[in-house]
Amino acid sequence: MSTMPDLVPAYPEIFLALAGMALLMIGVFRTKDSTGLLTWLAVAAMGVAALLIVNGPQGPVKTFSGMFVVNSFTVFAKLLTLAGAAVSLWLINAWVHKEQIARFELPVIVLFATLGMLMMISANDLISLYVGLELQSLALYVLASYHRNNLRSTEAGVKYFVLGALASGLLLYGSSLVYGFGGTTSFDGLATAMASAPQSHVGVIIGIVFVISGLAFKVSAVPFHMWTPDVYEGAPTPITAFFSVAPKVAALSLFLQVLAGPFAPLIGQWQQVIVFISLLSMGWGAVAAVAQTNIKRLMAYSSIGHVGYALIGLAVGTTEGARGMLFYMLIYVFMNLGTFAVILSMRVKGRAVEDIKDLSGIGKTNPGIAIALALLMFSMAGIPPLAGFLGKYFVFMAAIKAGMVPLAVFGLLASVVAAFYYWRLVKIMYFDAPADAFDPPDTATGFIMTACTVLMLVLFFESAPFVGGAETAAKALSFG
Amino acid sequence: MIVASLAFYLFSFIAIVSALNVILQRNPVHSVLWLILTFFNAAGLFLLLGAEFLAMILVVVYVGAVAVLFLFVVMMLDINVAIIREGFMKYLPVGAFIGIVLLVELALVFGGWAMAPEAQSLRLAVTPDMAQVPNTEALGLIMYTQYVYVFQAAGLVLLVAMIGSIVLTMRRRPGVRKQDISTQVNRRKEDTVEIVKVPVGKGIA
Repeated sequence: MSTMPDLVPAYPEIFLALAGMALLMIGVFRTKDSTGLLTWLAVAAMGVAALLIVNGPQGPVKTFSGMFVVNSFTVFAKLLTLAGAAVSLWLINAWVHKEQIARFELPVIVLFATLGMLMMISANDLISLYVGLELQSLALYVLASYHRNNLRSTEAGVKYFVLGALASGLLLYGSSLVYGFGGTTSFDGLATAMASAPQSHVGVIIGIVFVISGLAFKVSAVPFHMWTPDVYEGAPTPITAFFSVAPKVAALSLFLQVLAGPFAPLIGQWQQVIVFISLLSMGWGAVAAVAQTNIKRLMAYSSIGHVGYALIGLAVGTTEGARGMLFYMLIYVFMNLGTFAVILSMRVKGRAVEDIKDLSGIGKTNPGIAIALALLMFSMAGIPPLAGFLGKYFVFMAAIKAGMVPLAVFGLLASVVAAFYYWRLVKIMYFDAPADAFDPPDTATGFIMTACTVLMLVLFFESAPFVGGAETAAKALSFG
Repeated sequence: MIVASLAFYLFSFIAIVSALNVILQRNPVHSVLWLILTFFNAAGLFLLLGAEFLAMILVVVYVGAVAVLFLFVVMMLDINVAIIREGFMKYLPVGAFIGIVLLVELALVFGGWAMAPEAQSLRLAVTPDMAQVPNTEALGLIMYTQYVYVFQAAGLVLLVAMIGSIVLTMRRRPGVRKQDISTQVNRRKEDTVEIVKVPVGKGIA
């Protein structure tokens, strides 16, 4: 009863938690402004956590009475989350110093949010799922309203908080129904309970639908996407970059874990829900983005669309689909980070601008930024030879192999519509009359922009190891 | 036995009446007071179930901390009830319709409730024999062993909430006179008091 749980699988999480508290102490007791120092320490802590993950157990290990699981899937998802979080933190640091709103708590909160994401990914129990999710969400609400003297930032925070609390409520209510059916919150126990009753009654299905709704809110899939454009627009830009990568990876991984784990026997029940959510997200993400004038709102709709494509991989319910989804997320993270690095370099005379028309003619005035953004936009639209094409290719192929041709066809149509607004940006940059030139980007932002753009080409030509990694990860899930 | 049933009906009745009053009161301060009464009766119900630890926690945490906090918030924020109630009648039909649909759905779900055949054997934390282990001890035994992971994680959630509220609200205003005790103690007479010999018949220049 009272033996010590095996802590080794949870070393990365324990390390991040301790590092977060240590950083907080440094920030409190150091009299000078330590935002820069703490940012680097936080990035280093994420690096150490990544090392611990790589060198830690890879096989399926469970600890803390089966509440916490580590397998090759969680390893892949955690490394991706950490990469996204570390790069965003770098962008955040460059930006807060420019805007002069640096406070040492910022890297600490980002670190705790990342810890929450890792806990979500490793969750093997409805309770640990919820606690991880809440740790992440609470930190994100604070980050959204971080620029507290800015009306739009506080509005974004309040909106995110109220709607996020509603989503948490849905998730909890669904969990309680599932618990009422299975008598347990453990994923393993639930899998047994679900498997024995495939003709299960309406209560547990309603429970699953509620759980899916809660998770769909966290990944901002239509019809639970309403908060996304407002929060993305209102939150400080590099924090929007963080929102659009790390939490998305964590929540989509959680989605996979939950549906492929305890609810796998009920695939006939949830598959249609996911197909529906995926179709709506792809469609609405493409259509609604066309009318946007603010580039951050555009990116919000773009990310809604991308979540729709990624969900195809989940909807098909096969290992191949899961592999496609993971590879899609890998590409999406770096594509989005690159694009946000471009958005962060949209500064005219030291002032940040975020309208699409501000990009007019930068093909002549800032050719470097223009080339990077053009390549990233082509990648988002899924045009070879850029990695975005491969991401879409793998999920569509998985759908076709699973016999879900209409889903793949609709995805193709939606990406044609989406291609329109990605191309429009390129047209504005190269063919419109030049507006004010942008200030040259700072080193960090410029480096991330270049690196992510190059990565889009590298991932296309050298995709094998990454697809292999995604495949190993997908095999750890219990899809047939 | 009859005393227990009488107590059950008494607590339940007062709990329901006061819960209704929480949402029907016009004055938010009265709402909070009714809420406190609801908490007390719920604690009474816990006592009847033999869960004395939960009963006491409910009183200590919810009445002692949460409700008092609500009271402070309600009194400090100038909430204009008339504005909040505006449009109440306009949205009432839609709200009532959705509420009724939800109620019917829930009734259907719970009417046909079934449990998985294994549900009994899958239980993670089976209630121990109350004669052997008091319930406070039983809760402690699983909270710090089986659920230590989520217990610690919940602590982290609270830490983030605390950091977050400080980040979003604390400001250093210039010109605020704060008491600094070490400065006060370290003040010496020579620094502050000057003895001036004033010559007779002349002022100080």
